[in-house]
Amino acid sequence: MNLLMIIRVAFRALVRNKMRAALTMLGIIIGVSAVIAMVSIGQGASASVQAQIESIGTNLLFVSAGAQNVGGVRSGTGDTGNQNLTVDDLEAIKREVPSVSMVTPSVNARSQLVAGNMNWNTNVTGVSEQYPDIRKWPIATGSFFTDADIRTAARVIVIGKTLADNLYPGTDPIGQDIRVMNLPFRVVGVLAAKGQDQQGRDQDDVAFAPYTTVQKKILGRDRIQIAYVSAISQDATYTAQSQITDLLRQRHKLTANEPDDFTVRNMTDIAEAANETSKTMTILLACIAGVSLLVGGIGIMNIMLVSVTERTREIGIRMAIGARSSAVRSQFLIESIVLSLTGGAIGIVLGVVLSLAIPAFLGWPTLVSMMAIVGSVLFSAAVGIFFGYYPARKAASLDPIEALRYE
Amino acid sequence: MSTTLAIEQLPEVALTTPVPEGNPVIRLDHIHKTYTMGDVEVHALRGVSLMINEGEFVAIMGASGSGKSTTMNILGCLDRPTRGTYILDGEDVSQMSKDERADIRCQKIGFIFQGFNLLARTSALENVELPMLYLGVDAATRHERAIEALNAVGLAGREQNHPNQLSGGQQQRVAVARSLVNHPALILADEPTGNLDSRTSVEVMEIFQRLNRERGITLVLVTHEPDIAEYADRVIVFKDGKIKSDHRVERPRNAAEELKNLPVIDDEDEEEE
Repeated sequence: MNLLMIIRVAFRALVRNKMRAALTMLGIIIGVSAVIAMVSIGQGASASVQAQIESIGTNLLFVSAGAQNVGGVRSGTGDTGNQNLTVDDLEAIKREVPSVSMVTPSVNARSQLVAGNMNWNTNVTGVSEQYPDIRKWPIATGSFFTDADIRTAARVIVIGKTLADNLYPGTDPIGQDIRVMNLPFRVVGVLAAKGQDQQGRDQDDVAFAPYTTVQKKILGRDRIQIAYVSAISQDATYTAQSQITDLLRQRHKLTANEPDDFTVRNMTDIAEAANETSKTMTILLACIAGVSLLVGGIGIMNIMLVSVTERTREIGIRMAIGARSSAVRSQFLIESIVLSLTGGAIGIVLGVVLSLAIPAFLGWPTLVSMMAIVGSVLFSAAVGIFFGYYPARKAASLDPIEALRYE
Repeated sequence: MSTTLAIEQLPEVALTTPVPEGNPVIRLDHIHKTYTMGDVEVHALRGVSLMINEGEFVAIMGASGSGKSTTMNILGCLDRPTRGTYILDGEDVSQMSKDERADIRCQKIGFIFQGFNLLARTSALENVELPMLYLGVDAATRHERAIEALNAVGLAGREQNHPNQLSGGQQQRVAVARSLVNHPALILADEPTGNLDSRTSVEVMEIFQRLNRERGITLVLVTHEPDIAEYADRVIVFKDGKIKSDHRVERPRNAAEELKNLPVIDDEDEEEE
């Protein structure tokens, strides 16, 4: 009796009990589709974090005033009114650190913006003219402000797409007047649209002005809370990080025992941390889904055991008319593999459909991974073999005389 | 001749008729079967020697516990003797392994049971095809031979019916067809009429007699009903694990003749004929 025949016999046996076969398969279907959907969500999140980080630039460093929190204890002077990060510091970094190519401070001012009879509340961020290059954020129309605008603290402003759409509906905002905290500014550029970020915040609801203007005319103080620094390459980020640290410690006259009163972080670390996080999340999700696959497998074993008991007489008949033990074993093993693989196949379809539907319904990005599909197929086949083997062996070991007498 | 020798060694077994000339299909030589149940040894068979030739129709009788079922299991290669030799169709099967015996059952033995033992939710045709599946017969031949066998037992047109759509007599005829398809050397019927009414019993016996007379098929029938045993040509009676008597039936009952005189019972399958 060849394999094809055994497969046919197994199929017939399953077709004879459609409802039971379908319910048993349901366990595997749910398990496999859950694994695929969960891995897709994980991979999607990971890919979108990665894309976001890449769009920010992996050679980016953050320099911020105040020390990092260590173990919940805030060490160093931090945000205590000390002007521990200054424009001069940034100038020095730009001038003296060879692995640094660009620097921009970033000073935020929550402001009311009025254009004609429209008004809008947003953050006006004071930056240097290098900001678009550092953040890799192109200008859609007009231009970014210049070095000269910084030096003269010019009242010029570059707005995001959301502001352009809301404050100047249907007209070109370039050259238009805008009032920021009642001061007249002129719109010189509109940034390219970025859309929503990971948390669903609108990244285009922004406005940029020269940092000198924001410091002097809006905030009225020249503290810098955070600065973006661009290293010459991704490889140079660690060099840049240590060189900036050394320079700032020297400039802030810190002795060897004193902790840093500033923090330098690089994007590569953040990217790796984010990557780690999403990888952990993916594994966690896959494991939870995997448990349901395991439960599905136990369901198969349960049904196969019931089936062997229930079909004892059938096994006896088959053996009496000449089936070898191996043929009986193969029959039951293949029944269980057919159950799990058919369930697996349906589960893959369902899992992929779910993965494609999730972004539309929940707004989460997903990425259907080939590895998850292949893995699920292999896993469901393994489940079929593993959980089918014991019942199949039980069937094959029956004594035909006893089995025929079984009521 | 070894058979003569064997009989001489067993003075308590008296053959009332000499073994007819022909090819022996079954040769049992001093078969013993002992079951161990806990500490107790049960001697189910205590030295059974027997020869059945090709084309014989033999009935095995005996009370329960006489050893007839054990003999049946050994004859059917479902069980092995504890001691003794069993030669089936020229092959010593007494010490064969489980798989070897499965192959022998597949090739040489057709089974008919009291409870029909058809696969449920499976058509008559598929049930009849089953033994050929294990023999590795190709699909076209399987189909052809199954149809032929169902015709031979008068079930043409019932191929697609499932067992629960057939009467007891019809189910037993499907079982007969199933036992025939691999052209076995021997057909074993274990109480084949036990679950049937008297008219249907005669119908089944008619098929047996026809197969035996027309095709020369060797038939061994186990029954406890003396009137059923009278359809056979030879009756072997077991008692206490030994053969008590072995005699030829002078004038076996003729099932075909009796059927003509029996009133026809009006049930649905008779109407169609």
